[in-house]
Amino acid sequence: MSGEGEQMALRIEAAGFSVSRGDMLIFSNLSLTLVAGQSMVFTGANGAGKSTALRALLGLVGKSDGHARFIGDDETALPLAFAAHYLAHRNAMKPELTARENLGFWKRILGDFEGDVGLSPEEAAGAVGLEGVLDLPFAYLSAGQKRRIAFARLLVAWRPVWLLDEPTAALDRAAKQTLACLMTGHLAKGGIIIAATHEPLGLDAAEVMEFTGPTHRVADPFMAEVF
Amino acid sequence: MGALYRRDVILALRAGGGALVGLLFFLCVVATVPFGVGPDLALLARIGPAIVWIAVLLSTLIGLDRLFRAEWDDGSLDLLKMRDEPLVLIVLVKCLAHWTAYVLPLVVLSPVMGLLMNVGPASLGAAFITLLAGSPAITFIGAAGAAIAVSLPRGGLLVPILILPLAIPVLIFGVGASYAATSEIEAFLPPFLILVALTLFFAVVGPLAASLALRQGDD
Repeated sequence: MSGEGEQMALRIEAAGFSVSRGDMLIFSNLSLTLVAGQSMVFTGANGAGKSTALRALLGLVGKSDGHARFIGDDETALPLAFAAHYLAHRNAMKPELTARENLGFWKRILGDFEGDVGLSPEEAAGAVGLEGVLDLPFAYLSAGQKRRIAFARLLVAWRPVWLLDEPTAALDRAAKQTLACLMTGHLAKGGIIIAATHEPLGLDAAEVMEFTGPTHRVADPFMAEVF
Repeated sequence: MGALYRRDVILALRAGGGALVGLLFFLCVVATVPFGVGPDLALLARIGPAIVWIAVLLSTLIGLDRLFRAEWDDGSLDLLKMRDEPLVLIVLVKCLAHWTAYVLPLVVLSPVMGLLMNVGPASLGAAFITLLAGSPAITFIGAAGAAIAVSLPRGGLLVPILILPLAIPVLIFGVGASYAATSEIEAFLPPFLILVALTLFFAVVGPLAASLALRQGDD
């Protein structure tokens, strides 16, 4: 990381996120700043709003205020979504296509963000230990293999920021280790990771943000001003 | 964008893609009409182009809810929304791919289906040309309906019901132009040009409405 200039290096800044559903306030005034090489873990009980927070940061939640920006080395600000990979609960892979076709498709359609280049589908599958299943239809893979191929998508196109939602769901111990290595490697390259998870991911230096869950915004709709 | 188009066409044609279902439905509708109407060749020839048009419209409608459904189900839609290109463009490409895989085969097959109805060569040609010009409009309108229904668990039948009223003008001018082609008193060009205008109009409005609905319809 050569960004030792007078300015701050590559970073993400988010401020003022509040999301509510009906009269339930899921979280309010979520703000964070992470610089290159830093990681953050969202923790909290099921339904506490971790996944919603990730989606809000990417602008995928309809009603949320606040802004999340990616600021590059040259101080240009972009919406976070352009510079980020998002690994959701669902794997974003077509069951009818082979793993190779799926990864190839995402490589072409996502393209590389400036700064680095992504791996080929073969290399990416190798990195998650699944070179052997590349030509099988995605539907034929086991849940853990699907998750690992979904993770390989993060490697085929370069993005400095990874937003991961339960990345290790359905994975065995060895695969968790592999993913931990890949995540550490990403941070070492100057990447940024935000993960929502219950399990330890092997990110030692990660900051932790605790989500406490939804609260009733107003007990009485006629008392809205009190809030 | 080329990659998206290619993938969508491949997905539609692979096993379970459903492009064949529309084609079979089209065949069923047209093939049953002569049994219902009876062996009156003159009558069949007269209603033939209209039946072919209606059959294409219905076959297109039943495949439309697949336009965004799979993308929604597996979470790909979120990733497509995160792209820096406008969502309208992505929707437009998906519409074109959907039309190529689901509707174009119907249009190509329509002259053969017309033969089943004893339609003459001139009318066959006219029906083919009007379908080629008008059927994209149905897909573009359908995109808006499919986008609205995408997050509903069983919104399959909702899509045809939502968009059928909007597709009626396309049907009217499509059938009107096919009849005018063989008529001596009516001119072919005015209804045909209105049909082309409808397609161009919906090519803009449909994807725009669909992308708005996709952005709003989240969670």
